[in-house]
Amino acid sequence: MDREDEFMATPAHPETPLLSLRGVTKSFGAVDVLKGVDLDAWSGKVTALVGDNGAGKSTLIKGIAGIYGFDGGTYTFEGQPAQVASPKQANDLGIEVVYQDLALCDNLDVVANMFLGREALSGGTLDEATMEQRANETLKGLSVRTLKSVRQNISSLSGGQRQTVAIARAVLWNSKLVILDEPTAALGVAQTEQVLNLVRRLADNGLAVILISHNMNDVMQVADNVAALYLGQMAAQVSTAQLDRARIVELITSGRSGDIGLSAKEVAL
Amino acid sequence: MSETTKALDAQVAADAAAAEEARPSRLRQLVATPIMATLAFLAVLLLAFSILAPGKFGTTSNLTLLAQNVAILTVASVGTTFVIATAGIDLSIPSGIILGEVFAAQALMMISAGDGKAIDVPADQTRAGYVLAALAGALVAGLVIGAVNGVLVAYMRIPPMLATLGTLGAGLGVALLIRKGVNVATYALNPVATGTLIPGVPGLTNLVLIGLIVVVIGYVALHHSVFGRHTLAIGSSEEAARRVGLRVERHLLKVYVLGGLANGFAGFLSLAYFSTTSVGGHTTDNLQAITAVALGGTSLFGGVATILGTLIGVWIPAVLQNGFIIIGVNPYWQMIAVGIVLVLAVWSDQLRRRSQNRR
Ligand SMILES: Nc1ncnc2c1ncn2[C@@H]1O[C@H](COP(=O)(O)OP(=O)(O)OP(=O)(O)O)[C@@H](O)[C@H]1O
Ligand SMILES: [Mg+2]
Repeated sequence: MDREDEFMATPAHPETPLLSLRGVTKSFGAVDVLKGVDLDAWSGKVTALVGDNGAGKSTLIKGIAGIYGFDGGTYTFEGQPAQVASPKQANDLGIEVVYQDLALCDNLDVVANMFLGREALSGGTLDEATMEQRANETLKGLSVRTLKSVRQNISSLSGGQRQTVAIARAVLWNSKLVILDEPTAALGVAQTEQVLNLVRRLADNGLAVILISHNMNDVMQVADNVAALYLGQMAAQVSTAQLDRARIVELITSGRSGDIGLSAKEVAL
Repeated sequence: MSETTKALDAQVAADAAAAEEARPSRLRQLVATPIMATLAFLAVLLLAFSILAPGKFGTTSNLTLLAQNVAILTVASVGTTFVIATAGIDLSIPSGIILGEVFAAQALMMISAGDGKAIDVPADQTRAGYVLAALAGALVAGLVIGAVNGVLVAYMRIPPMLATLGTLGAGLGVALLIRKGVNVATYALNPVATGTLIPGVPGLTNLVLIGLIVVVIGYVALHHSVFGRHTLAIGSSEEAARRVGLRVERHLLKVYVLGGLANGFAGFLSLAYFSTTSVGGHTTDNLQAITAVALGGTSLFGGVATILGTLIGVWIPAVLQNGFIIIGVNPYWQMIAVGIVLVLAVWSDQLRRRSQNRR
């Protein structure tokens, strides 16, 4: 437990985190996937969540998003202990997740997708004008220039444009924390750049962002701090300024790098 | 950094160009919309038959007859448009209609009127109460069969084609058992179909008026209500609908119940119009309704649906049939013509989809 004290002494950012997990655990049957993980996310900052395949990244964000509850540990949001047992409760807190497979309705247009499940009504029928206006405002607020019309069907959009729509949908609802699971995994160079710029703007607009990525370029370019999971333990969460690509890779592959990370004893666990 | 910026700008330009491309001129857009193509086709048919059979096809009386003939199928087709919009299908339309007729008739048989039962009163002595009782009976029948379909499809995950094939057979069997295979006649509901609530408009009998009202309700529900939006969303991507918190199973159940109610209501109208139940009839109503929906541009793959298209799709086969008889062409040609038009309509839908998908 002295590992934890060590981190508390050097947090990645001085401000109070928006989201703070301490010692969360999750098991599936006999398999301990998360073994006491700490994670912080700050408003206005991009937190990169990295780790090898199977380290537990998706499991961790599903717990945050309320897909399932954690088995143990504490979940603090805006300084208050929070009970998040369902996606709805997470949404109510202001937490939105953009999953890797996006899941948009191809046959519906951008507006319909952004408002799906939370449609604006007037007199009992759909208020298309209001929804269109708010969709345009949201996209404008994110400086999105790539969508010609919000009345285009999703089926006519490129991968990057779809990702943009999914992200815009996530920020439409006064969200405070947006979690993105590998948003650039399927994109080419230019579209990756576009989406990373968008991720940066989310943080610059004051949102807390957690970005899962396997791409060290993405992480170095856009993240303010890096949280590295190693076999279900948080190896370290430190400011990006203290790291370089090689050290992140070391944290991912061996759980430690120089004076940061798990102790030899913990790695062996 | 400037290189990435350049690449970014290039991508922005490319995306903008693609977006521009996806937005053709107004006219091309209209022609490319399936509904305009089918509407144009219907207009050509109407015009051609009017020219080929002057004074016979284009008359008010003939067009009224046509409108009367399609009204009942229109009601069932509007309901089934919602089912098909979810990428489902309802083959049980005939049993919904026939059970609707039978339940309506049974309801009339339970009500006493004078010395006899409501089912035996002549058209001019009927009462609103009798009509409402028959309507309630028909809707109960539709509700039950729709709910069974919905539970089978949404909760038991039985493919819609098989689930509704099951209720098609079972429903017809129940109708035959109740009626012991014998039809029953009644004139008590005639005013519902043949009367004119709004006099003075040529062709606007009550049956036609009711058909129109159902179309308007269906239009608003599909295109301007949350219910319709969620129906299309589920047909487009069930997973996406689930992720945003839609209760997919419950919604599918509602859609099949709606389809069942439309069929039961069509049965009520059928009893009113034909003055008899028809336990051996309506056998191809499911195929006719599906044909109408597909002709109108609703995609059998779900997610794309149009009520106005369905209305046009109901008319095309009816006009072909009626027109061929009038101009003296063997009406069997109608079946061949409808078959060809249907395949062409679905084929053009496929082409459109393929050209739309960039991914
Ligand atoms: N529902 C489940 N039941 C059993 N084991 C599970 C379940 N979900 C995840 N696991 C296991 O938990 C471990 C962590 O999985 P997780 O998906 O969180 O990894 P990840 O870090 O997201 O990996 P990747 O980079 O490949 O996406 C894996 O060993 C996985 O097999
Ligand atoms: Mg994962």
